[in-house]
Amino acid sequence: MEDIFELLVRAVPFLLQGTGVTMSLVIGSLLIGFFLGVPMAIGEVYGGKTIARIIGIYVWFFRGVPILVLLFLFYFGLFNLIGLNLPAFLSGMIVLGLRSTAYQSQVFRGSIQSLGRGQMMAAESLGLTRTGAIIHVILPQALRLSIPGWSNEYCILLKDTAITYAIGVMEIMTRGNFIATTSYRPMPIFLTCAVIFIILTYGGIHLLHVLERSVRIPGYDERTKEAIY
Amino acid sequence: MEESRGPVLRVEDIRKSYGDNNVLNGVSFDVKLGDTKVIIGPSGTGKSTLLRCINHLDIPDSGKIFLNGEEVHGSKKNISKYRRQIGFVFQDFNLFDHLTALGNVMLGPIRVLNMSKEEARELARTELDRVGLQDKADLYPAQLSGGQQQRVSIARTLAMNPLLILFDEPTSALDPELIGEVLEVMRNLALSGMTMVVVTHEMGFARSVANEIIFMENGKILEQGPPNKIFYQPELERTKRFMHKISELYGREDREPQVAENQDNERRDNELEDDV
Amino acid sequence: MVEFDFFREIIFPKLMEGTLMTIVLIVLSVIPQVLIGILIAVGRVYGNKVISRLSLVYVVFFRGTPLLVLLFILYYGLPTLGIYLHPILAAVAGFAMCGGAYQSEYIRGAIQSIKAGQMRAALSLGLTRTRAVLFVILPQALRRALPGISNEITYLVKYSSLAFMITVIELTGAGKIIAGRYFIYTYIFTLIAAVYLVLVSVVTRVQKSLEVRYRYPGIESGGR
Repeated sequence: MEDIFELLVRAVPFLLQGTGVTMSLVIGSLLIGFFLGVPMAIGEVYGGKTIARIIGIYVWFFRGVPILVLLFLFYFGLFNLIGLNLPAFLSGMIVLGLRSTAYQSQVFRGSIQSLGRGQMMAAESLGLTRTGAIIHVILPQALRLSIPGWSNEYCILLKDTAITYAIGVMEIMTRGNFIATTSYRPMPIFLTCAVIFIILTYGGIHLLHVLERSVRIPGYDERTKEAIY
Repeated sequence: MEESRGPVLRVEDIRKSYGDNNVLNGVSFDVKLGDTKVIIGPSGTGKSTLLRCINHLDIPDSGKIFLNGEEVHGSKKNISKYRRQIGFVFQDFNLFDHLTALGNVMLGPIRVLNMSKEEARELARTELDRVGLQDKADLYPAQLSGGQQQRVSIARTLAMNPLLILFDEPTSALDPELIGEVLEVMRNLALSGMTMVVVTHEMGFARSVANEIIFMENGKILEQGPPNKIFYQPELERTKRFMHKISELYGREDREPQVAENQDNERRDNELEDDV
Repeated sequence: MVEFDFFREIIFPKLMEGTLMTIVLIVLSVIPQVLIGILIAVGRVYGNKVISRLSLVYVVFFRGTPLLVLLFILYYGLPTLGIYLHPILAAVAGFAMCGGAYQSEYIRGAIQSIKAGQMRAALSLGLTRTRAVLFVILPQALRRALPGISNEITYLVKYSSLAFMITVIELTGAGKIIAGRYFIYTYIFTLIAAVYLVLVSVVTRVQKSLEVRYRYPGIESGGR
């Protein structure tokens, strides 16, 4: 038992550095997904049939293809094809980000649509332009409604970062594997990795709960209970 | 088999509280074979809770229930044995949504009485016929009206061949024009000798079908007796006031012909002048 | 980009084998996954304090842990405890346990959406709790959970690719090997992406037809 303890003491800092990498991946991908996903959702709802169809194809592709395949496709395939020589970390973030865009755009789309036409009609009847209405009326509400969906996306992304192991990103999983193979003690190491992920997952969920509560609009409750994702 | 001479159901000093709220404060009564007991009283006085205590859907805090002389235990193993002998008709029907009317009536016989599917189907058709719904056998609850659903629910309890049936405000959730069809079934049941305990506000039914009326308030039985007595010569002031209120709400002429004689009418009118 | 003969002789057979293995993995994992989901969900809703809490712990652990970590534990970790699992078995076990946790959440939601009166009516007929759950609650809950369950099976299709990480040569693995050998990554993985898209559509189509087949009137509102 003692040497396991020693091993863990030495391993944890190494793993925690991996945590830094993992969280950067998560946050980076979430942000990419957010800043691409919101416009995408707006485009899908307000942009007309053709745009909606194109977006539909994008979403269908990035939701239907496994992450591992996407990683291989981009990192070993497409990036090389274009001549882009991106490091694994960046590639991973881009791929995860593109996929998150697909999911997040659907979450936002659902939120926007759950608001109903009334909000837009009222805004326009006041004289707001489409853009203005979207920015000042639709988005503030839709964003709040999407926080539960964000929570879900965070959980999924966090776990998917482990898959970037396959292209050599030095996140938790890769480091864990390294220690496990060099120390011949896979069980305690992998279990520790599992625990780290669990803590990150539920810690993140908790933070998002706090966020949700802090921006809550009084009395808005029941309509937001609709399952958006 | 020896005929049991004692009551089919004996309820002894049932008490139940939810937190500070004393819903039942010592209720006792007997039900003999073939009785139709109707329990009336202001809302929220524990009438429904009482019924649910009888078949242990709610567990009484103290007191005893005897079914045909045997005490009803709350133990998980035995309770099913008792429940299958007691039929329960709910205010909101509670038909199994995923089964047809026929399926609903068949479930109990198959899964509790271990009948074969064919036997159960035969039995179910007979019972559905008895409540007048043989042609609705293959419809789902969502496709039936409230009155039809409740009748299926009665057929469902009949299929179990129970010793007695408890009715918990069976018509309260029904649209007015559908109440009659359910009361008709219940009346025929009573006339055919089924032992029944009914909680209801339907005074016409109570007056014409019950052989005893129990008036409850605040978790206690205030007065009980045959319909003639409770309706026209109640002992307690409180009973009188309640009956008057109810008659106001539901109309004295109701769904059944008048039973009282002219003399009684006069006396009643005089009394009412005093109270009001 | 690639000659047809080359494709036919070399690529196609290998990819077919891989696809077959992927399908095998999926088929073997679906039933255990759903069964675990049902068990855990029932445990959480109807179990006593101990069972309920254990079920919760199960869900927290298997939803919070990445599938990859779980697979590594099963395939590389267990041998140190003397348990040697065949890679396919380890993969299926991982998919079943992990997916089961997610399935249990869908099924639990469905169970809790069923009116309380259904259980009461079942009990009042004399059904034991177990039988009531089996014959009244679950038939309704499973139908209601069908979209969620299928969604999870879609995830199963996609995450089956991780089996490659524990040496199972399914579709993605076969692709990587060939692509690596001949440097045709883009080509191969575009093909592979297409296959997965087809597999996912199949699952969706099956789900839709199951939903129609097992529908009963009133399912949305849960009756009146």
